[in-house]
Amino acid sequence: MTPHVLTRSLDRSATIFLVVVAGLGVLIPLSNLLLPAGSALQVPTYLVALFGKYACYAILALSIDLIWGYCGILSLGHGAFFALGGYAMGMYLMRQIGSRGVYGNPILPDFMVFLNYPALPWYWHGFDMFWFAALMVILVPGLLAFCFGWLAFRSRVTGVYLSIITQAMTYALLLAFFRNDFGFGGNNGLTDFKDILGFNVQADGTRAALFALSCLALIVTFLICRAVVTSKLGKVLIAIRDAESRTRFLGYRVESYKLFVFTLSACMAGVAGALYVPQVGIINPSEFAPGNSIEAVIWVAVGGRGTLVGAALGAVVVNYAKTYFTSGPLAPYWLFMLGALFILVTLLLPKGIVGTFNAWRESRKATEKANAESAALEDGVGEPKPAE
Amino acid sequence: MLTKLTHDIVTLSRRRWLAATAGLVLGLAAFSNAKAQETIKVGVLHSLSGTMAISETTLKDTILFLIEEQNKKGGVLGKKLEPVVVDPASNWPLFAEKARELITKDKVSVVFGCWTSVSRKSVLPVFKELNSILFYPVQYEGEESERNVFYTGAAPNQQAIPAVDYLMKDEKVKRWVLAGTDYVYPRTTNKILEAYLKSKGVKQEDIMINYTPFGHSDWQTIVADIKKFGSAGKKTAVVSTINGDANVPFYKELGNQGIKATDIPVVAFSVGEEELAGIDTKPLLGHLAAWNYFQSIKSPENEKFIKAWQAYTKNPKRVTNDPMEAHVIGFDMWVKAVEKVKSTDPDKVIDALPGIEAKNLTGGTSKMLPNHHITKPVFIGEIKANGQFDVVWKTPGLVAGDAWSKELEGSKDLIGDWVGKKCGNYNTKTNKCGGQGS
Amino acid sequence: MSANFLDSLRALLLAILLAAAFAAPALAGPFEDAVAKFANDDFSDTDEAIGAVATSGNPLAFPIISALQEGRLSADPDTKKVFVTQADGKVIDAATGAAVDKLPDNAAAVRLNNRLRRAVEAALGGLTLLSPDPAKRIAAAQSVFKSHEESALVVIDGALAKETNKSVKAAFAEARAAILLYKSDATEVEKLEAVAVVKARGDQEAMALLTGLGSDLPPNVARAVASAIASIQSNLQMWSMVQYAWYGLSLGSVLLLAAIGLAITFGVMGVINMAHGEMVMLGAYTTFVVQEVIRSNYPGLFDYSLLIAVPLAFLVAGAVGVAIERGIIRFLYGRPLETLLATWGLSLVLQQAVRTAFGPTNREVGNPSWMSGAFELGQITITYNRLWILCFTLAVFVILLAMLRYTALGLEMRAVTQNRRMAASMGIATSRVDALTFGLGSGIAGIAGVALSQIDNVSPNLGQSYIIDSFMVVVFGGVGNLWGTLVGAFTLGIANKFLEPVAGAVLGKIAILVLIILFIQKRPRGLFALKGRAVEA
Repeated sequence: MTPHVLTRSLDRSATIFLVVVAGLGVLIPLSNLLLPAGSALQVPTYLVALFGKYACYAILALSIDLIWGYCGILSLGHGAFFALGGYAMGMYLMRQIGSRGVYGNPILPDFMVFLNYPALPWYWHGFDMFWFAALMVILVPGLLAFCFGWLAFRSRVTGVYLSIITQAMTYALLLAFFRNDFGFGGNNGLTDFKDILGFNVQADGTRAALFALSCLALIVTFLICRAVVTSKLGKVLIAIRDAESRTRFLGYRVESYKLFVFTLSACMAGVAGALYVPQVGIINPSEFAPGNSIEAVIWVAVGGRGTLVGAALGAVVVNYAKTYFTSGPLAPYWLFMLGALFILVTLLLPKGIVGTFNAWRESRKATEKANAESAALEDGVGEPKPAE
Repeated sequence: MLTKLTHDIVTLSRRRWLAATAGLVLGLAAFSNAKAQETIKVGVLHSLSGTMAISETTLKDTILFLIEEQNKKGGVLGKKLEPVVVDPASNWPLFAEKARELITKDKVSVVFGCWTSVSRKSVLPVFKELNSILFYPVQYEGEESERNVFYTGAAPNQQAIPAVDYLMKDEKVKRWVLAGTDYVYPRTTNKILEAYLKSKGVKQEDIMINYTPFGHSDWQTIVADIKKFGSAGKKTAVVSTINGDANVPFYKELGNQGIKATDIPVVAFSVGEEELAGIDTKPLLGHLAAWNYFQSIKSPENEKFIKAWQAYTKNPKRVTNDPMEAHVIGFDMWVKAVEKVKSTDPDKVIDALPGIEAKNLTGGTSKMLPNHHITKPVFIGEIKANGQFDVVWKTPGLVAGDAWSKELEGSKDLIGDWVGKKCGNYNTKTNKCGGQGS
Repeated sequence: MSANFLDSLRALLLAILLAAAFAAPALAGPFEDAVAKFANDDFSDTDEAIGAVATSGNPLAFPIISALQEGRLSADPDTKKVFVTQADGKVIDAATGAAVDKLPDNAAAVRLNNRLRRAVEAALGGLTLLSPDPAKRIAAAQSVFKSHEESALVVIDGALAKETNKSVKAAFAEARAAILLYKSDATEVEKLEAVAVVKARGDQEAMALLTGLGSDLPPNVARAVASAIASIQSNLQMWSMVQYAWYGLSLGSVLLLAAIGLAITFGVMGVINMAHGEMVMLGAYTTFVVQEVIRSNYPGLFDYSLLIAVPLAFLVAGAVGVAIERGIIRFLYGRPLETLLATWGLSLVLQQAVRTAFGPTNREVGNPSWMSGAFELGQITITYNRLWILCFTLAVFVILLAMLRYTALGLEMRAVTQNRRMAASMGIATSRVDALTFGLGSGIAGIAGVALSQIDNVSPNLGQSYIIDSFMVVVFGGVGNLWGTLVGAFTLGIANKFLEPVAGAVLGKIAILVLIILFIQKRPRGLFALKGRAVEA
């Protein structure tokens, strides 16, 4: 009975979500490109870039929700997959600069000329082709997640241990990418992009197209996630989340399910990163910072863990709050706002915005039933495990 | 069980809380600006939180102070200046986002900001695309000259090379440790210095290069290595490009392991009065720093500035430092350029800026060069017990900032010239714009 | 060299020492000219003045040079008069020794640079070789050893003959050997003996001295030097292993100190406390405040500032910890991962609060005198602050362990963490125990902040730099086991320090992280895994 409630509530909000995202994905670019600048309805380009960034974050949040909300794997290193996808795309964009760099070297990116690289390192080859880079965007994070997950899930590393070693992974990558000898531009990262597929990345049209693409990717990711969680596979995942040992004793190969969903999630994060880089114009090792990954988890919690719409919504809400608070007279105090938001949400809305909203609607429907509240609680919308 | 209980308690008061939170958010939103009088907006893009806040907050205060002073004098072109402060939070993509917001949404005429090359590189495409002006106040590795950026900090030839010259001549240093944090500025500076030292006849085995990660805090091994390297019978010095935060534990370890400046002097390019404020400097007596400005320099301009600054911050102990001076010069140059062309239009101001002169705080007059760098004096200071520097050497005149290093293979033929050639990377060999151009 | 000359020199040097108090009038014009050069504010003039004054034989030489070193020598640029401010605050004219009422208003301290500081040290070395204080004589011999100035040889020879103190004698012999090695007209026999003496010293200074020798040595001596260098090198190599181990222990103690509070809040209570680093930061800022108060009100107590700060930091961080537990964590038990979110938000708030209250820049926390400096143990240098931190860490660990084992509160804590419902039905006020346990963990983090303020930045970012390492240590050691945290911290510290020379600081750290990830595959619950039902909770 509980999954039924869950699916039904998802169905409706999912439809609304898809309509809204698709609508924005079409209307914002049109408004930006067709309406005259300065008119009241025109969306300025900087907002297009900003919304594009939010859309990428929303994809990342979805990928985290898929493993955390539905399979109980709390990854504190998902930013690593996001950044790896971003680097793959960044490498493609760097190669596209060609001889337009400040040193005018047709092959080597500026930072390599600068650090006296005699030739292109082997791992940079192939990135001048878009299809190869696009493949790497999915393959590199996927492969890393596969190897990592294969080791960790087979050894039955769970709970906080898993969280901490994912954190160790992203931290190690952070340090590695900071090294200039590593061949990815060190702290400065990859930047000053010119073209993507022959289009100027700074042109309004390209930005609008990238935004529309991000919305499309968000919709596709959402549909994939929904397909996964509503299938039989999804039920097993939820079972693993709620009682891993029991699921294993029932004969399911828990580690295979986990590995599949973890790798899928990493690939999605990689795509998000790849779309993110051309829109913000820089990829740098600080994207690997453990703090970023933790923050991404918080977006999911704010929006509502275990509700796909909530994850995406949470990413947008938190990042909008960040954008809003870091400007204007409140700029020096924005961390207070953000910190307070995280604390209040965990205390007052333990199921996040969407989860709470769903629970509230349910409880209103079943007015007098005293068990309505506790059913919503026990059906696992916001609970990793039964409390005791 | 417990959860359910607390959950029930929480649900009781949830509605009230929700209402309160919503009220708060709405209240804050209404707090936004609503101004009628026409002003010239000046963007301030310095991190107020995160790892870089430690250095950048002071620069934000400096610009606010300069704007206030200018407004007291009647503003610019008869209009008041209005600062627009944003917090990029030490997050590089956020730097780009905030730069875009400042230029397109707030319509600022100029932006003063950034610290570290990565933040500058992050906002660079934005300034080029939207054609605005950025003043960058920190010493950096050079190898850049962009039309929309004015570099008021030191290029390597205005800091690193004079410092090494001093050590070679005055301290007779024969062996060199180049220690730095692993990022672009130390890498490039060390590369330039290595080439320079070799051109002066220093052998490879007399140069030790060491890189550490950001925020490195356990310096025991490295300091011991330096000690060992220094015991080879030749006078040894350390050239430190260690970044801000890691300096305190580094100097503490130096002091504790008893490395005195008379044995192995350390000359630093990123340690100024602000950084020393966090260290007990008695054990560090005599270690060196190379800058274009020191608070201890006696000049009427400097004394006036320090007084006004301490009055503005209401803190009689508040120190000044080199990047602050860079902002003072940059701000003054911008004001002069705007008044010269009677407009804040970026194209006009960019064309007017080269050639503009402004008094620096050390008694000279700095000039904006066609490559968008400025002329600066170079000072070598020794750390004193009170956390200030004692100038022991200075260049006879002002040194012109080189955008492209003469010591590096890839850039020795390049110059930046935005007046005659209208090009940031003009190749003097091939007489073409566009780098090495092959 | 006549004996007469030696005697007179010795007498002269003694006179210099005695004359410090009874300043005699100046002897001749050249000395006064030399002194006047101090007033030119020109480094090369000052250099000449130091040389002239030090060799003048004037009884005022020692007071002048030592005043110069300590910044008590001032000069009036207009009248070219130079003054010494004595330790008791009295002012004398440096050229004549006559007492002066007070310093002229425009007199400024004579400035030094490193080159001059070396000259001053060398001059003082020559002047204090006959000091009555053996420690000073050793220091003087050391500075002669370093400078190997030929001019000091006569004095050293004289002093050596008279010296009775064994360690001073050895130091003089080494200084003499150093001079002879660099003296061009010393005989081959003398030089060979000198090489042997320096070789016996066997430290890095000796190495520096030997490697600094030119190539124009007689073949026999050159061979002896080469073999001495080789033997010192292999000796130092062996010691460097010990040194790495010590560095590892020291890093391990820092890791342990940072992680031990977390081992309680995270390990024992299961709260993923991301604000742990901020508790450390609060402890460090408490130290700062304590030192500020002491500096302005009771400067004499400065050496005790850390002792005062430790309990205060415990109370401050502990109180904040209890407040956090009562205000936030209490509602989140049973949802361990959500504590992560709330405490992360909390850490943002605390960081910004400290940034607002104390400013974003580093704050100065001084080392008390007993924590400054270093001593030599064999050929390794051990700094006092690291040694004290190691001792302090172990003490904290032992006290904590004893508290958990032998006190009523410790018993209750263990009971509650092992089986909350059972403990509650036995009459333990579990919520009170929760609050106290969290307070204890936070308080210990605060104490860690006191110690870390001695070696690291005191800035709002302090906590951030330790939080990840702390989690690694606790997880590596095994959640819920204090011994695991201890072993984990020292293992990681030592492994890191042995990897660092091989791989460099960055790669070493990456290697450690990869090793942790692989290790967890092998032992999914850390080094010391808890057994029993608690595992599945």
